[in-house]
Amino acid sequence: MMSAADGDKAFKVFAILVLSVITIGAFVPFLLIVVASFTEESAIVEHGYRFVTDRLSLDAYAFMLSQFGVISRAYAVSIGVTVVGTALSLLITTMLAYPMSRPGFKYRNVIAFLVFFSLLFSGGVVPSYIMWTRVFHLRDSYLALVIPTYLMSGFNALLVRNYYKNSVPSALIESAQIDGASELRIFFRIMIPLSTPVNVTIGLFTGIAYWNDWINALYYISKPQMFGIQNLLMRMMTNLQFLTSGQAAGMVGAGAVDLPTNAVRMSMAVIGILPILIGFPFLQKYLTKGVVVGAVKG
Amino acid sequence: MTLAKKRTGTGPLLLLALPGLAYLLINNYIPMLGMVIAFKNVDFAKGILKSPWAGLKNFEFLFKTNDAFIMIRNTLLYNIVFIVLGTVCAIFIAVLMHEVAKRSYSKVMQAGLILPNLISMVVVSYIAYAFLSADRGFLNETILKGLGKESVNWYSESKYWPFILVIVQIWKTAGYSSIIYMAAIAGMDQALYEAARMDGAGKLKQIFSITLPQLKPTVGIMVLFAIGRIFSSDFGLFYQVPMNSGALYGATQTIDTYVYRALMQLGDLGMSSAAGVFQSIVGFALVLGANYLVRRVDPDSALF
Repeated sequence: MMSAADGDKAFKVFAILVLSVITIGAFVPFLLIVVASFTEESAIVEHGYRFVTDRLSLDAYAFMLSQFGVISRAYAVSIGVTVVGTALSLLITTMLAYPMSRPGFKYRNVIAFLVFFSLLFSGGVVPSYIMWTRVFHLRDSYLALVIPTYLMSGFNALLVRNYYKNSVPSALIESAQIDGASELRIFFRIMIPLSTPVNVTIGLFTGIAYWNDWINALYYISKPQMFGIQNLLMRMMTNLQFLTSGQAAGMVGAGAVDLPTNAVRMSMAVIGILPILIGFPFLQKYLTKGVVVGAVKG
Repeated sequence: MTLAKKRTGTGPLLLLALPGLAYLLINNYIPMLGMVIAFKNVDFAKGILKSPWAGLKNFEFLFKTNDAFIMIRNTLLYNIVFIVLGTVCAIFIAVLMHEVAKRSYSKVMQAGLILPNLISMVVVSYIAYAFLSADRGFLNETILKGLGKESVNWYSESKYWPFILVIVQIWKTAGYSSIIYMAAIAGMDQALYEAARMDGAGKLKQIFSITLPQLKPTVGIMVLFAIGRIFSSDFGLFYQVPMNSGALYGATQTIDTYVYRALMQLGDLGMSSAAGVFQSIVGFALVLGANYLVRRVDPDSALF
């Protein structure tokens, strides 16, 4: 019979093996699009998308470079929306969190309730859509990519409030008050600098939400030149379908046949996740921390 | 304390809160009032407030359609499968990860497991397409061909989609949701494990007699909150991954995709707002019910 120690060792080996399989399973789909983006178009036409190929090619990326104007524009929109949206969001979220964290503030419970209730109940998509388009006229405006839905999450506001309450020593605030510092000064000079971890965490979640968003543009943007990278990707998918469906056969010029369309599609997808792939190793720590903090109590 | 109370400037604090409050009012609270449009025959020439009341007509029309049954059925069934399978997978991963938590490669594994959760549904739809495309997809061109089988038109055969969507959802979320369970396991009292080891209990025995029973409160809370969201679905998963293919609606239509299609593609304000209001109200009732249950089981974990 195996001893307990042997059993433990066997279990550890089992855990490593199974986790390796699961990790590979999680990662392998990415590999398919990456390999496909570096595969010669003729190989894709012959064998479909594959994990290995003997016909490597940079054609898809060369083609994208030739479309640099369109792609860089979409990239600029995505980056702009992400940066502006995240910065604004951090500012108004922390500004709302601070008063909620102040024990002497008369309205802190009213505000906390308003924030909290907004998490439990929602009016839904239709009234929001009518409001943003008919009252605020956000259709075909870059503001439509920044403002609706993502600008402030009540959940994040509560997260920051809890951080202010539990992790910033109240003695610091009191001594600043004795020195005559105003609330605004305390907020900007003490609270913000002392809460970097929570700022990074919510900034990260907000930034990823903006970068990945395609739904605001789906509702509010009809001009393709205003699309960010996600919506450019969406449009490419349907346009290529349109090209290959035969309805447009008469419209496809001789030049179009040479386009590495199948490979380009995948290289576009790779470009779309590149920032996340690059940033991820640095951000992993904050992401896992954020999930745990958020789960403990909202 | 009294000093802090006296010195707290109400004015400046309100000023700080103002932008966030204004945003909440506009983004969240006005649309709540806007739910009245589901009870109106909206005529934009007259404005929403002056449009004639329709009573429950919009809801009557909605629930007479076959769509209503399909979207509610799909939303509920997918969510039930996601909750059960998602929870089991997340716990399985968390228990195994805990075994290797201190090893250097566990970071790499965790990275691989979280990554799918960080990409947009548009990119997920590209990945799905690389597997499922009728003439270029990996499944048809490599797997089915290799097995000598006929290729399948994945984007027009709805019978496969319950499986495809469940696989995509689990792939995208399981690793991420396991983080919460990992944290719960890491926080467990190590003395129990010490004692179990003294008594000669092996790893499996420890997992089944200590880890899993102690996870119960965490699981219960996560499941209850998921039940509170059982009338909502991830719009991207059901719209973007099936490429909005009409042939698949029977298997992919959820309340969220219906609301979008009725509003943006059919321009049917009555039906879409009725479906949306139905979702909001039932969803809210479920959140309250779930919280009530959580409070009874474990008051510390209840939201309110």
